Amino acid sequence: MRAAVIVFPGSNCDRDAASALAQVTGQAPLMVWHQSNELPAVDLVVLPGGFAYGDYLRPGAMAARSVIMREVCKHAEAGGLVAGICNGFQVLSEVGLLPGVLMRNAGLKFVCKPVALQVERIDTPFTSQYSQKSPITIPVAHHDGNFYASQDELTRLEDQGQVVFRYVDNPNGSANNIAGIVNQANNVLGMMPHPERAMGTTGDGGDGVLFFKSLLGGFR
Amino acid sequence: MKAIVHVRLKPDVLDPQGQAITGALHALGFTEVIGARQGKIIELDLDGTDHNLAKERVETMCGQLLANTVIEQFTVTIED
Repeated sequence: MRAAVIVFPGSNCDRDAASALAQVTGQAPLMVWHQSNELPAVDLVVLPGGFAYGDYLRPGAMAARSVIMREVCKHAEAGGLVAGICNGFQVLSEVGLLPGVLMRNAGLKFVCKPVALQVERIDTPFTSQYSQKSPITIPVAHHDGNFYASQDELTRLEDQGQVVFRYVDNPNGSANNIAGIVNQANNVLGMMPHPERAMGTTGDGGDGVLFFKSLLGGFR
Repeated sequence: MKAIVHVRLKPDVLDPQGQAITGALHALGFTEVIGARQGKIIELDLDGTDHNLAKERVETMCGQLLANTVIEQFTVTIED
């Protein structure tokens, strides 16, 4: 599997994502700068966590209008996989590849801790290695992770089974305890928790490994 | 010309920052405050003299970047 990690000014989980991808795939991903107007031919694009453009205007707003995102949108429209983690999720919602908005946490606090997640879908390219019944533990680290969508949009998301991860104990006020969603075509995922920080190498439980193994699984 | 853009959260969107402001004002003794909503003002310096055209273009800018219309609404005022 060939993967690219997009690097924005202010990305700070790009190397963690690269390290996680290398650990699972045995191949270092391509690192692509936000001003690049070419996306190499890859199977997966990762939009990493961080504070792209200092969260100016709104989290993800500037990054969503950067040159490389036009190519990322083309990749997604052609069926290529895109995973947005934390700030990457904010970018995907700002660019319109995913519905909703990530608003300021309801408690106004930056939340940084491991959280339990229910995996709602195991039939996506991002989650095929998980078992539906057992909650997993993945860290969150964000100030703006409070998922908001209109009631109609939420109903549509639920009816179409687009909610992939749900918080067991909601840390940020997200509607319907939503931690991660996919688009209707199941090839674009956004999630606030950081699977690349749960790779079993830092005393964590390693529950992020199966996320990356799921992605790899589709390309064996 | 100048454009003054007010960006506000839509009325039905919860504003935790506004709630915190209300709470802080109460703590300072301003108990008459029953609610606060936080938004932002963006001032644009514009080339040109046609107010109507400017308003139209700034509204397009709002839709494309300055506001996220899923949660926000905006008003545009053009000044000389």
